[in-house]
Amino acid sequence: MAAVRRRAADVACLAVALVVAFPLYWMVLSALRPAGEIQAADPRPWTLAPTVDSFRRVLTAQDFGRYFLNSLLVAVVVVALSLVASFLAAVALTRLRFRGRTVLLVMLLVAQMVPVEALTIPLFFLVRFYGDVVPAVGLNQLGSLVVVHLAFSLPFAIWMLRGFTAAVPAELEEAAALDGASRFRFTWQVLFPLVAPGLVAASVVSFVHAWNDFLFAKTFLISGTETRTLPLGLLVFFKPEEQDWGAIMAGATLMTIPVLVFFVAVQRHLVSGLGGSVKG
Amino acid sequence: MALPPVTPAAPADRTRSARQGPHRDDGRAALLYLAPAAVVLLALMAYPIYQLVVISLHDYGQAQASGAAPLVFLGLENYRTLLGDPQFWDVLAATVVFAAVCVVATMLVGTALAVLASRAGPVPRTLLFLAALGAWATPTMAGSYVWLFLFDQDFGLVNEVLSSLGLPLSGHSWTFERLSAFGLVAAEIVWCSFPFVMVTVYAGITAIPREVVEAAALDGASAVRTATSVVLPILRPLLAIATIQSIIWDFKVFTQIYVMTGGGGVAGQNLVLNVFAYQKAFAGEQYGLGAAIGVVMTVLLLAVTGLYVRAQRWRP
Repeated sequence: MAAVRRRAADVACLAVALVVAFPLYWMVLSALRPAGEIQAADPRPWTLAPTVDSFRRVLTAQDFGRYFLNSLLVAVVVVALSLVASFLAAVALTRLRFRGRTVLLVMLLVAQMVPVEALTIPLFFLVRFYGDVVPAVGLNQLGSLVVVHLAFSLPFAIWMLRGFTAAVPAELEEAAALDGASRFRFTWQVLFPLVAPGLVAASVVSFVHAWNDFLFAKTFLISGTETRTLPLGLLVFFKPEEQDWGAIMAGATLMTIPVLVFFVAVQRHLVSGLGGSVKG
Repeated sequence: MALPPVTPAAPADRTRSARQGPHRDDGRAALLYLAPAAVVLLALMAYPIYQLVVISLHDYGQAQASGAAPLVFLGLENYRTLLGDPQFWDVLAATVVFAAVCVVATMLVGTALAVLASRAGPVPRTLLFLAALGAWATPTMAGSYVWLFLFDQDFGLVNEVLSSLGLPLSGHSWTFERLSAFGLVAAEIVWCSFPFVMVTVYAGITAIPREVVEAAALDGASAVRTATSVVLPILRPLLAIATIQSIIWDFKVFTQIYVMTGGGGVAGQNLVLNVFAYQKAFAGEQYGLGAAIGVVMTVLLLAVTGLYVRAQRWRP
């Protein structure tokens, strides 16, 4: 009886896995299909004539290579800056005593809940204004996306890292101090490596947010094509009358690969990292 | 994470702290450590929130945005216009219902699959988690287009398969009607957000000590009784956090609606608050009105935050 039940659970599990994975499979398959099969709405879930024509189309005619690099640049810079700033803030909030700490923690919690999408309007004007002073963060510049996503990623990253910096025992810090290590040295050479799982999880979340962003790219990058990011490139590519689905699926595949690689590479850390944040 | 045994602080350390005055030193270091994050958050979050409110109190159109006309303070006029606009109430209701459907479906699917995964063998379970990881990792934009393609009027697999089964769906548009368009977007949202719930709940289930469940069985509790009276109460804090997190995500959805319904659907039938605010501001050039919608949305979500904070307090 128990064995039958277990077998039923196994079969159901596999069936659900197939359904969940199917849209991704269909995306990659359609990207590799010759245009004729897509035009004919061929429902067969395989192709006998795989081709990279669609990829060639998006990469040459549409300059997707550049959009890809733009997106990657924004996401990587956001992750790097966010890690340093959120790590330092988490250390201050968990390992240092100062007045107003509780107030800051509550503000941090509230900041996580602010619907940043609602800030599009003031941020548009702010970026336009900052751009007059520092052109690199103005409208149509990738820097504008970097600064807003840095800000949006910080509250969650700090909140998540808190659990990790707090878990490092005070004895370790005392031992380091007795050995003559300065606070600075302890922070970077002992604490930083110890909270690596938290850093990994925080960086995945920041990366995905920056990489996925469509709203702010659409709002800030209003003219010129050389600073377009991938989501914007995909949107411009999508023409209601004459959809080149093969190329759109190729673009979507290109957009998915880095995140998928990142996710699979760090999935162990991700689960333990998120778990750490939930357990606080 | 294993905690080391707690030992009393060494005397040497105590004298060191006493001599150097740890609190004063801490304060200065804290300021230094917090500075980078604080500067960024003040400049790009706190100040914009203030600006959002300010803009919502002004007549802020294209002329004001380009600096050609002076700002006119309106007080609450934008809010009055908004509350008197039947479309706003329609969009608000649609947003609430749409978010509610997405949240309930996400929670049910995620929880059910977590239970299923806990019953299955390691290989099917790993495959399910890999598939879920894939859906989770798929960028919003990519996911939206894939689902749109699957349900495409002319070249979509769904129409092809269903019409070959004899259903009159050849050439059927899934995004033309309001409910079916919302349904399609909801399906995509559930697909990419259930993995978070599944992973969270699965972690919660595996963390329940086996003895607890066995004890309930020994006491004669049925499987249903064990689930509702033993497992569910243990999982409740996790479920509460996952639910509120889902509410926050689904209430402010933008990309999927914008992409899948082409900016809000036929005659704006698929608008949700976020897209509505965007269209008012950047397509309609009524920045003041758009900002007022943003304020309403923020207030509603901060009310949900209150719930979130309480849920966080439930943690053991």
